[in-house]
Amino acid sequence: MSKKKRLMQGNEACSHGAIYAGCRFFAGYPITPSTEIAENMANLLPKYGGYFIEMEDEIAAMGAVIGASLGGGKTLTATSGPGFSLKQEHIGFACIAEIPCVIINVMRGGPSTGFPTGPSQSDIMQARWGTHGDHPTICLTPSTVSECFTETVRAFNLSEKYRTPVIVTYDEIVGHMREQFIVPEPGELEIINREKPSCGPEEYRPFGTWSNVPDVPVLAPFGEGYRFHVTGLNHRDDGFPTNDGKLIDREERRMMRKVNSQIDDIIKIESINIEDADIGVFAYGSTARSAKRAVKMARENGIRAGLLKPLTIWPFPEKEVFELAKRVKAIIVPEMSLGQIIFEVERTSKGKCDISGINSVDAEPISPSMIFDAIKKFK
Amino acid sequence: MAFYYEKYIRNGKLPHIWCPGCGIGIVMKSILRGIDKLNLDKNKVAFVSGIGCTSRMPGYLDFNTLHTTHGRALTFATGLKHARKDLTVIAVSGDGDALAIGGNHFIHACRRNIDITLIVVNNFIYGMTGGQHSPTTPSGSYGTTAPYGNIDPSFDVCRVADGAGATFVARTTSYHTAQTEQLVEKAVKHKGFSVVDVITGCPVYYGRKNKFKTPTEMLLWQKETALPLKAAEKMKPEQIQGKILTGIFVEKTLPEYTERYAAMVQQIKARA
Repeated sequence: MSKKKRLMQGNEACSHGAIYAGCRFFAGYPITPSTEIAENMANLLPKYGGYFIEMEDEIAAMGAVIGASLGGGKTLTATSGPGFSLKQEHIGFACIAEIPCVIINVMRGGPSTGFPTGPSQSDIMQARWGTHGDHPTICLTPSTVSECFTETVRAFNLSEKYRTPVIVTYDEIVGHMREQFIVPEPGELEIINREKPSCGPEEYRPFGTWSNVPDVPVLAPFGEGYRFHVTGLNHRDDGFPTNDGKLIDREERRMMRKVNSQIDDIIKIESINIEDADIGVFAYGSTARSAKRAVKMARENGIRAGLLKPLTIWPFPEKEVFELAKRVKAIIVPEMSLGQIIFEVERTSKGKCDISGINSVDAEPISPSMIFDAIKKFK
Repeated sequence: MAFYYEKYIRNGKLPHIWCPGCGIGIVMKSILRGIDKLNLDKNKVAFVSGIGCTSRMPGYLDFNTLHTTHGRALTFATGLKHARKDLTVIAVSGDGDALAIGGNHFIHACRRNIDITLIVVNNFIYGMTGGQHSPTTPSGSYGTTAPYGNIDPSFDVCRVADGAGATFVARTTSYHTAQTEQLVEKAVKHKGFSVVDVITGCPVYYGRKNKFKTPTEMLLWQKETALPLKAAEKMKPEQIQGKILTGIFVEKTLPEYTERYAAMVQQIKARA
């Protein structure tokens, strides 16, 4: 990939981003509208010395990704809608066993089979709470083809750094639209590789030998002399199961803390014209594109509107939303669902301003004029 | 000759969780003796399991061990083996784990012919949850979810494996420790997907519900019911009715998955 402008689809950019990040293993299962990622990886990986496998189902693909990650490499799967539901079982496993891996979820209409070819943003709460039990979540939300590339790279970095699965999610519009962008040169973007234990096998504890990142233990690869145990049961720091409530409590809290105490590193959010804004918009994915345009339209009409566009949706950018809420009359939350992320905006704005949703589930994008009309109401 | 099991058992991890009289421990010992004959580097062996009584086995063993989700051991094993050809990957499953919730993964691992050995510890029951009938519970047998007798037909693990394309398929029982040892050795050595079905006793749940008064009775039933394949070939169908056919059902050489993949990569490079 030489430094040049390329015309690519969002899904395609994700695949190239994964290769750039050093991903050399993909397991997947065909599903609309994410299939292009599997197709691209099937094409690219053998050429880069990597491994592609089409598994028998979504759960199997997620299992294979975790198994391969334990072998020491960076691994990816991609899915949509019902496939994301099926993956939840093993996303939970990757959380508790603290196995790095990246999951791309291209959102389509639901529930169930729903509207496979239609865009949606209705998996955003599933991305946070889809798997059972308390667990940390890192979820990134690109809204451009270029961001599909860079956020996939960032997803791998965060996954390796925090030893946890990272989800990248965007709607079908972002996945399928084509845009021109400049492909980053090798070395241009930061690449974080998995830290290996510096101690010998005798001292190594898979959940108690610490990396340079607070509360993140170092993961030794299988096959290199460490011979440790990995389980989905609550475990001690040596990896073996425990029924000791105090130890379970300690490990669960550490697992949450390793992500939630590092929000400044994990949260990435773009602020557009919010400094003097009277009215705010909070939007991600393709909706953020319309919102950006709507804010421009408002400014052209003398209305001081601003946009918060999160590239990290989980952990939720609480601080940024609260700061905005203190300054504006209202925050408008357009989303292609009947209202999900609006509840987080309401929670974190703590009653400081009005919150108003624009909701759409008709498989059409939310247009700039729809958002502009909402802005005008609060003028 | 005494066998030094401690070489493979993790320090301080015993006693195990299995009930008194359970056959899984017998099978585990047979597996270890079989593996020992192969002189493998323990650092290069991965033991993978799902959920259930049998799936607790890897925790006791001094290899790279991975205790995964219910039915899905083979999915993790497949990813690991595909990415790390240098590892010998062995999976252990119970009958419910391998054939019910894991049935889809089971047939596709057979079809792919990836170099993994699956040992099914087949005791006809879900033991860990307290004795529910499984896909291998014989029709007419009792379980806590078959209080009036099981009306489901049962799976024959070896026929399913053969039909799905496994290239090494064998059966034995926990009573036949020497045979288990030999079959495990052959299965692990075999290049491709291997399945060893080990009929095992669960005295506490299957035994109690099905009038086996003691664990010994279950072992003696295995001894008396087992019928070597070679002997069965000379017998009439009615004579083999109700018997456990033991021995090697399938042993054939077909291209192995990771080798096929490597060959494909070579071809791509040659073309470039």
